[in-house]
Amino acid sequence: MAKRIDVTDLNVYYGGFKAVEGVSMTVEPRSVTAFIGPSGCGKSTFLRTLNRMHEVIPGGRVEGKVMLDDQDLYASSMDPVTVRRTIGMVFQRPNPFPTMSIYDNVAAGLRLNGVKNKKTLDGIVETSLKGANLWNEVKDRLNKPGAGLSGGQQQRLCIARAIAVQPQVLLMDEPCSALDPISTLAIEDLINELKNEFTIVIVTHNMQQAARVSDRTAFFNLKATGEPGRLVEIGDTTRIFNNPTEQATEDYISGRFG
Amino acid sequence: MSTVTGVSAADQAPGPDGKQPLQGDRASTGRFGDRLFGGAATVSGVVVIALVSLIAVFLVVQAVPALMNNSESFFTSRVWAPGGEKPAFGILEFLWTTVTASTIAMLVAVPVGVAVALFITQYAPTWMRRPAAGLVDLLAAVPSIVYGLWGLIAFAPVFKPVQGWIESALGWFPLFAPTGISGGTIFFIGIVLAIMVLPIVTALSREVFDQTPIAHKEGALALGATQWEMIRTAVLPFGRPGVISASMLALGRALGETIAVTFLVSALSDGSPWTWSLFNGGETFASKIANNAAEFSNPGKTGAYIAAGLVLFVLTFVVNSIARVVIERRKAFTE
Amino acid sequence: MSTATDRRVPDDQVAPGEPVTPPGGRPGRDALSEMSHPHRGRMAKDVVARIVMWAAFALAMVPLVWILGTVIGKGFHMLTTATWWTGNQRNINSDDFGGGARHAIEGTLTMVGFTALIAVPIGILTAVYLVEYGRGRLAKAISFTVDILSGVPSIVAALFIYAVWVTTFGLGRSGFAAALALVLLMIPVVVRSTEEMLKLVPNELREAAYALGVPKWVTVVKVVLRTAFSGIVTGVLLGIARVMGETAPLLILAPYTKNFQRDLFNGNFPTLPMMINQDRGDFALSTAAERMWGAALTLIILVLLLNVIGRVIAHFGSVKK
Repeated sequence: MAKRIDVTDLNVYYGGFKAVEGVSMTVEPRSVTAFIGPSGCGKSTFLRTLNRMHEVIPGGRVEGKVMLDDQDLYASSMDPVTVRRTIGMVFQRPNPFPTMSIYDNVAAGLRLNGVKNKKTLDGIVETSLKGANLWNEVKDRLNKPGAGLSGGQQQRLCIARAIAVQPQVLLMDEPCSALDPISTLAIEDLINELKNEFTIVIVTHNMQQAARVSDRTAFFNLKATGEPGRLVEIGDTTRIFNNPTEQATEDYISGRFG
Repeated sequence: MSTVTGVSAADQAPGPDGKQPLQGDRASTGRFGDRLFGGAATVSGVVVIALVSLIAVFLVVQAVPALMNNSESFFTSRVWAPGGEKPAFGILEFLWTTVTASTIAMLVAVPVGVAVALFITQYAPTWMRRPAAGLVDLLAAVPSIVYGLWGLIAFAPVFKPVQGWIESALGWFPLFAPTGISGGTIFFIGIVLAIMVLPIVTALSREVFDQTPIAHKEGALALGATQWEMIRTAVLPFGRPGVISASMLALGRALGETIAVTFLVSALSDGSPWTWSLFNGGETFASKIANNAAEFSNPGKTGAYIAAGLVLFVLTFVVNSIARVVIERRKAFTE
Repeated sequence: MSTATDRRVPDDQVAPGEPVTPPGGRPGRDALSEMSHPHRGRMAKDVVARIVMWAAFALAMVPLVWILGTVIGKGFHMLTTATWWTGNQRNINSDDFGGGARHAIEGTLTMVGFTALIAVPIGILTAVYLVEYGRGRLAKAISFTVDILSGVPSIVAALFIYAVWVTTFGLGRSGFAAALALVLLMIPVVVRSTEEMLKLVPNELREAAYALGVPKWVTVVKVVLRTAFSGIVTGVLLGIARVMGETAPLLILAPYTKNFQRDLFNGNFPTLPMMINQDRGDFALSTAAERMWGAALTLIILVLLLNVIGRVIAHFGSVKK
């Protein structure tokens, strides 16, 4: 249940503004790939193009190719809704649906797409909550509002919601940046478990986090403000952190800028 | 059906049609539901445009024949005899009454309304702010016919001595010259309209005053400004466009107010002499139309009233457009 | 929503308590010297301003108390008469006491109910278009016309319906024609309040739904409208309250009847505002005046009831963060 993503020569635009330029990379299945880089380097923007979420922002478009195994995500016959069902996403700030209970939140993706069978839903909700290491904390209050949980629990709820639709890939856009250190640790542990099942891409500002959770790391940078972001290099995390090829990577990792 | 495999059990939606635009908001897809719902939303919006255009078109189309037959000058005549063989009608009296009464309403409602808004946002103790705002809003919830009734039975008798006092003190000035009319004078109607539109001025001003950046306010206070100086240097300049547009919206309401004015107005007899006095009577556009609704007997006669209504429509259109432009400009500055 | 999602300032870079910069053009040295010796004139002005603001508020309360006091004082006993809530005005003349208001209450509720039935779907869908779909010139045009519509005086809306319904189509005046005019007045209220509510729904919720592979229209219906539901209901109730008291369209389009009349499509139609208007010429008669105050109080009660219900829904239905 995990697929490889191949990106070739991808440019991302918002209206007339070129946000990301010329990215080519491969994201390996059943592994964690971390995107790091300074603010504004386009790593989140690029992440959103992997499940076509950039298109919900007016003017967002891409040039280039993104393949999920042998399928072109940007083929004209490809439905963006289907793409997003296959490639899930977790956001920076936990965003459970405020009108829904914990149960309903996890079931939302299925229900909104027409699954009504109670047994199926019960099963998937339980598996997903267990998968997100949240089941034991919430199993007695599944009908309470999801917004009543702590920030860290809410984020795990959002992860449970994302994996409930059984995606191939899970994209995480700075999932811990709004959380305290203990909740962050819980999410990082969870990522380690999830990679057995999913292809995971995580954007992070925190280099220690990238070093802790990822197998491969991609460093993004931009030449100057207003210039498009670029992929500087990608490789095994240990190599990127210990022996980067590019000077810019080393400067960033050693804290000289960013 | 797209061929991404291993998709969730939920994937029963119809396939893509591949005809999406190449650019822009593609959260909306070619799905049937999306096309249906998005289409319905678009149609509703277009219906609103159509309705407003139709209002203008119908009023113009039905006013023009009557205007062609009019033997008087439409804008400068005070005669109103749209029936009969030789229709003759002009709107000067309505225009004068409508505009003057609304101006009086603004002169009273804007300063008081702004002061009330400042009171609620800056001066009132915190516990009092919400209830105070609620009370002012309550004034807006009172139906206008009730204002008419109250003005007619309760307020007019009380106002009569006030008018007498103003006439005796300032009667030498043409605007306050006695005319022998009391009760439904232009001045009195202006005051009632002021009370009616006060909540509009207050509600919108309150909103902009509340948005004054705390940094501006604290900046002024940190320099040793008194509260009033802080308001003058930080709150009022920031809120000015909001106050202007609020006043314009209120003016629009005052110009078009119908039933309260209809209750209060003293119609002038035909051929009564022209006077600049605010203590004169006279119909507004709205009250003239409302009072004569029963007389819409033939197209020619109805057309004359519709022509009057058209002028009122244009007046409120202009006033509201100004309000809109002011708001838009402010947005451009703050965003 | 910024265009590039990457440009967020990371939490650790937000300096706590950013230095406050005063807006430009503030006097420097003078202010300082005055500060150490508070100027009496400045202080006096401050006190005067404070008094003026309190006085303005008190002044604004005068008509409110006066109006409500008069309406309740003069109208309440009508509401306690046996026939008020059950009877109509048939065979009751201006100089007869009493009679009922039930025909007018029913008429008013029927008419605004019908108005809402037409105006609410159009209003909500238009707001959905403006917030969720609209871009570019069409959205601007719609938004502009909604503003224009909200400024159209009720008498002009009534004239327009008259010009279409009676003059052009040759149909008779009726409750339905008046309801159509009320629709024009209600649409902008519903559009604007719904729009406000939809804008309050955080974008993150839409993104969350999209990221789950939910089509846009399902997202709008089941997530966005669902989240904004109570606010929308409140806006609709306030819109109904607003048109309930409108009288001008009724004067032009729906002549009053003293009888029970439930048929919106044919003939005269009873409503509370027109019941008040009916006795206008005879306000000097105490019997007529009492009836007018009674009907006015009934109308105010209905309007306030809608306002209160709306606010209660807004209060308890609002999503707690």
